[in-house]
Amino acid sequence: MIDDIASLGAWALARLAGLGYGFRFLMRLTWLSVLSLGRPRLIIEQLYFIGNRSLSIITISGLFVGFVLGLQGYYTLERYGSSEALGLLVALSLSRELGPVVTALLFAGRAGTSLTAGIGLMKAGEQLAAMEMMGVDPMSRVLAPRFVAALIAMPLLAAMFSAVGVMGSWIVGVQIIGVDPGSFWSQMQAGVDIRNDIGNGVIKSMIFGVICAFIALFVGNEATATPEGVSLATTSTVVASSLVVLGFDFMLTGLMFGGF
Amino acid sequence: MDNDTFLSVESLSFGYTADRLILKNINMRFRRGSVVALMGGSGCGKTTVLRAIGAQVRPSRGRVMLDGVDVHGLDRAGLAAARRKMGMLFQHGALFTDLNVYENVAFPLREHTELPSAMIRDLVLMKLHAVGLRGASRLMPSEISGGMARRVALARSIALDPPLLMYDEPFAGLDPISLGTIAHLIRNLNSALGATTMLVTHDVAETFRIVDYAYVMAAGEVIGEGTPEELMASSDPRVTQFLEGRSDGPVPFHYPATPIAQELGL
Amino acid sequence: MGMKRRSLDILVGLFVLAGIAALFFLALRAANLGSFVVSDGYRVHAFFDNIGGLKERAPVRSAGVVVGRVDSIDFDTKTFRADVRLSMDSRYQFPKDSSVKILTAGLLGEQYIGIEAGADEKVLADGDTVMLTQSAVVLENLISQFLYGRAADGGQDTGGGDASGGAK
Repeated sequence: MIDDIASLGAWALARLAGLGYGFRFLMRLTWLSVLSLGRPRLIIEQLYFIGNRSLSIITISGLFVGFVLGLQGYYTLERYGSSEALGLLVALSLSRELGPVVTALLFAGRAGTSLTAGIGLMKAGEQLAAMEMMGVDPMSRVLAPRFVAALIAMPLLAAMFSAVGVMGSWIVGVQIIGVDPGSFWSQMQAGVDIRNDIGNGVIKSMIFGVICAFIALFVGNEATATPEGVSLATTSTVVASSLVVLGFDFMLTGLMFGGF
Repeated sequence: MDNDTFLSVESLSFGYTADRLILKNINMRFRRGSVVALMGGSGCGKTTVLRAIGAQVRPSRGRVMLDGVDVHGLDRAGLAAARRKMGMLFQHGALFTDLNVYENVAFPLREHTELPSAMIRDLVLMKLHAVGLRGASRLMPSEISGGMARRVALARSIALDPPLLMYDEPFAGLDPISLGTIAHLIRNLNSALGATTMLVTHDVAETFRIVDYAYVMAAGEVIGEGTPEELMASSDPRVTQFLEGRSDGPVPFHYPATPIAQELGL
Repeated sequence: MGMKRRSLDILVGLFVLAGIAALFFLALRAANLGSFVVSDGYRVHAFFDNIGGLKERAPVRSAGVVVGRVDSIDFDTKTFRADVRLSMDSRYQFPKDSSVKILTAGLLGEQYIGIEAGADEKVLADGDTVMLTQSAVVLENLISQFLYGRAADGGQDTGGGDASGGAK
């Protein structure tokens, strides 16, 4: 009985220590990221891998989500005779929720795993140790540029997702189904607020960017330096990023739109 | 400590946990300009000594003095400066896979110096020439053989002309030609740079051809030291078993088990 | 080496440009950026007994056209009424005796302020108060008045005349 309590206490302490370690990691990473802005070349390279390479999945997904929103939205609104509000429905759903959240989930899957695997493999191949032995801090040379690139890429990708989604629903709603184009856009423009809806959506995507980038880099850096370790790490990145993003989405939505 | 000693390891003890020490009271001296080997069986702790010198692990007791400075007493900036004086070659090269050969060798120069790119180019090509791979400068690490990768890593480790060179198992897994090449390079580079070299290895024959002094380790302790001739003449059975490669001796052939007669029920 | 860097830079630049373009698209085409805050307008106050569901940034309309926005909503502890500050577009001048009502857009729509021009020669200026106001129609009051009115009708011949729309 005492043993169980002792092991529970030890487990709790270990989790607490892990939390503290993770927090210190984040603080140091943030500081070094600010410093790394003086070396834009590294950031630009990473921006290519993280941003440009994610373009196809983000835009195609955005298009399909827009199609589905257009269809589903139409069927539901039609029942209350409010199908002209389709544009409004789609724009609000995308800019407030789907844009930031779905982009974050896709990002975790595509860019997050590649970040984790990349760092993990570098660790396994002793590249990070070699860098340290050369007197170069791997966190500032390898991790920080990737962090900054992810922070820049996320809001841009989320905006693209939402924009493409709106266009996708326009294609389905106006072109195919025949919703009135005038009301489609005017109701949208009247109802979507630049500060509350678009602005909050951008803030959300920035926060999600921090979450996904931090988790991907942290997990990769702490991975066991073996092939199994790296593959476990990439799985944890996706799982952890997804859960934390969804959890934060709930909190942020409550804060931003709940009128607390 | 005399001025002749560039690096010294004094009463070094280390273990990840207090009850299982990986290194027990290690004492070593590396004279300026010499090539010294650290030898022993797998798991004897020789790579850990290397890590302690490079301050990748912190000793529980003892210290490492590099050119009169305690390596473990340095702050982050001081340590980075000290590490620039060390050129380390990792076992499999540890080249940066996203950079080509040229960029790999140029890395320390770009990170630590403000030299113009024309000068960096000259330096990189000279280092690559020293290891015989100047023509491979545009290749990626995935496109070259293991032996070549190790030579590129060697070129990278001498990029800043460090006074201390450390090699972790430089001969492991190489074909005879590459083996001979690396050994030849280790010796010559040491003289050319006026550096102090230490090799961690368990290849006895190749090593004894190029080193001035050697330490033999087993189970975290130094069990023998001396010039190659002195070691070959040693009477310590652990040293002779290692140097001659006998399968049975102080390190037993059989993993501890119940007697075979009992196991087979005879 | 230089060539590769250049093309990388161009590609990344295009990516960033596309992202910013998407943001602009959302801001301009999807949101109400056009009819944004009238910053160079004049501010007037209006006091209401009940503002119902009126929110800040709600439009002020006259004849259906947006002529201003609700700036802020406060509670006046001296008169115990709602103090609504309106930001009016400086292009449109309204007489001092104009009246404002709280109206509802559509059946389930949001509440907005409707302003009707009066006949005075002098116009509202920055800091003035609109004197004639009509509060929001609260559903419960309407129902109770209707019921009271019906009950009064049922009891007496003199019609319960004040069943007409309400508050001051």
